[in-house]
Amino acid sequence: MQLDVTPEALPGIAVDLQGVRRVFPGPVTAVDGIDLHIAPGEFVAILGPSGCGKSTLLRIIAGLDVPNSGSIQAGPDGAAHRHIGYVFQDAYLLPWRNALNNVALPLELVGVPRTERLAAAANAIERVGLADAMTRYPAELSGGMRMRVSLARALVTNPSLLLLDEPFAALDEITRQELDEQLHQLWYERRMTVIFVTHSIIEATFLAQRAVVLTRRPARVILDHRLDLPAQRSAAIRTEAQFAQQMRVLFEALERGEEKSA
Amino acid sequence: MSARYFTRNVLPPIVPAVVVTLTTELAVRRGWVQSFLIPAPSQVIESLIRDWPELWSAMLNTADASLAGFAMSIVIGSMIAIAMSSAPWVQRAFYPYAVFFQTVPIIAIAPLLVIWFGWNRTVVASAFIVSIFPIIANTLTGLLSTDPALRDLFQLYDAKRLATLFKLRLPFALPQVMTGLRIAAGLAVIGAIVGEFITGAGIGGAIMVSRQQNRVDKVFAGLLLASLLGIALFMVINLISRLALRHWHASEAGE
Repeated sequence: MQLDVTPEALPGIAVDLQGVRRVFPGPVTAVDGIDLHIAPGEFVAILGPSGCGKSTLLRIIAGLDVPNSGSIQAGPDGAAHRHIGYVFQDAYLLPWRNALNNVALPLELVGVPRTERLAAAANAIERVGLADAMTRYPAELSGGMRMRVSLARALVTNPSLLLLDEPFAALDEITRQELDEQLHQLWYERRMTVIFVTHSIIEATFLAQRAVVLTRRPARVILDHRLDLPAQRSAAIRTEAQFAQQMRVLFEALERGEEKSA
Repeated sequence: MSARYFTRNVLPPIVPAVVVTLTTELAVRRGWVQSFLIPAPSQVIESLIRDWPELWSAMLNTADASLAGFAMSIVIGSMIAIAMSSAPWVQRAFYPYAVFFQTVPIIAIAPLLVIWFGWNRTVVASAFIVSIFPIIANTLTGLLSTDPALRDLFQLYDAKRLATLFKLRLPFALPQVMTGLRIAAGLAVIGAIVGEFITGAGIGGAIMVSRQQNRVDKVFAGLLLASLLGIALFMVINLISRLALRHWHASEAGE
C-alpha cells in the first residue's frame, strides 16, 4: 500500500507518568502508583489481564480522567489535547454521518474551515485504504472498515500521541492482523508516540518496541521490556523463533502478574 | 406497488374494515341493533355527504388548533428537555411538574383555560398541554442516553457545549424524539377535541351538537374525520422520521 507522509506531521511527544494512582468510589483501586516514561516517537504496548485498569490509565493520559495522586506530563505544555488521537474499543462513529464526515469531525470541533478539513479527512481515509468508501454510512460498512474509519479519525489531526484502547479486539483474527500491520506501517512512517493497550500477547509483540506488563487490579508495572526485534516488521515475523521467544517473556510476566494478587 | 406488496401490506388492514362495515350495515338493517345507538355505515356516509361543508370546515378548525398546539409542544417541550438534561438538579426540580401536566385531567381544567386564554386559544392550549409530556419525556431520555465513549471523543477535542448539543446529543436523541412526536401527534388531536367540547368549535363542537340532536350518524361522521386527522398527522411524522433516520437507525433501515 502507498503511504504518504504529511510534511506537517509532528514528531512524537514524550509522556511522563509519576506515581499515578486512581481510586474509584467503592473503593476500588484501579491504578496504583504507576511510574512510566515514554520517549518521543516510541511505540509502547500496555499488556495486562482484562479489567486490570489499563483503560483507566489510558484515559488518564488522554486527560479524560484525573488521577487521585501523581502527575502526568504529555508533551511540552502538559495537556496538549489536540495533539492526541484516541481509538476506542469499538469504532464509535456517528451513525448519521458518512465516513468522510466522521473523519472530519475532530477538525470540525477545533474550527478548521470546511474545505480544508474535508481534504484532510479524504487524505486520512486514503491512508487507511478506504478511498472508495468515503460516502458510505457506518451501517453500510463492515466491522473492520468501521475500525479503519475510526483510526483515520484519530489520525486526521496529525496527532503526536496516538492512544489505542484494545482497538481491534472485536474483529476476526485475519482483519485484526491486517489492521495491526497497517498501524505498524503508519507508525513506522510517521513516528508519532503510540500507546497501545491490549490483552493479546501476539499483538503486543508484533506492534511494539517496548511492552509494559501490568498486574491484576490494582494495576502495577510487573515488567517493562524492550522487545528484541527489528524496528520494521513484516507479517512473516510472527512465525520466527525470535518472535516466539519474545512472546514467552511477556507471557511469563503476565502469568506472574495474575498470581501476584490471586 | 407490486401485487405482492398489495396482498402483504395493503390488503390485511382492509379486510377487517370491510367485514365490520358490512356486518354493522346488516345488523342495523335487520333491526338487531337500534340505529340511534349505532348508525348504519350507509347513514354515516350519507351524513358525511350531506353535512360535508359543515364537517369539513370544522375539521379544518380542529386541524389548525391541533397543529398549533403540537408545534408549541415541540418547541417548548424540547427546550424544556434540553434545559433538564443540562444538570441533574434542573431535572429534579422540574420533572415532577412535567409529570403533573401529564396526569392533570384536561377535561376538568378546560373551563379554566377558557377563563385564562379566551374561547379561541383554549383549544390550542388544551392540545398543547396534552401533547407536551411525551415530547419532554422522550427527548430527555434521548438526550441523557448519549454514548459515554462519544462524549469522551467530543471532550478530547475540547468541543463547546453547544457543539456537543447540536452535533452529538440532539442527533443521538433523534430516534427517541421521533417516538415522542408520534405519541404527541395523536394526543394533540385528542386535546384539541376535548377543548372544543367546552368551546363548541371544530369537530369536537360538531360532535357535541350532533349528540344533543340525537344525530348519531353525524357523531360517527365527525369521529371518522377526527381519526383521519390523527392518522394523517401520524403518517407525516412517520415520513419525516424515515427521511431523517434512513441512513443509520435500525428501526428505519431496510425494506
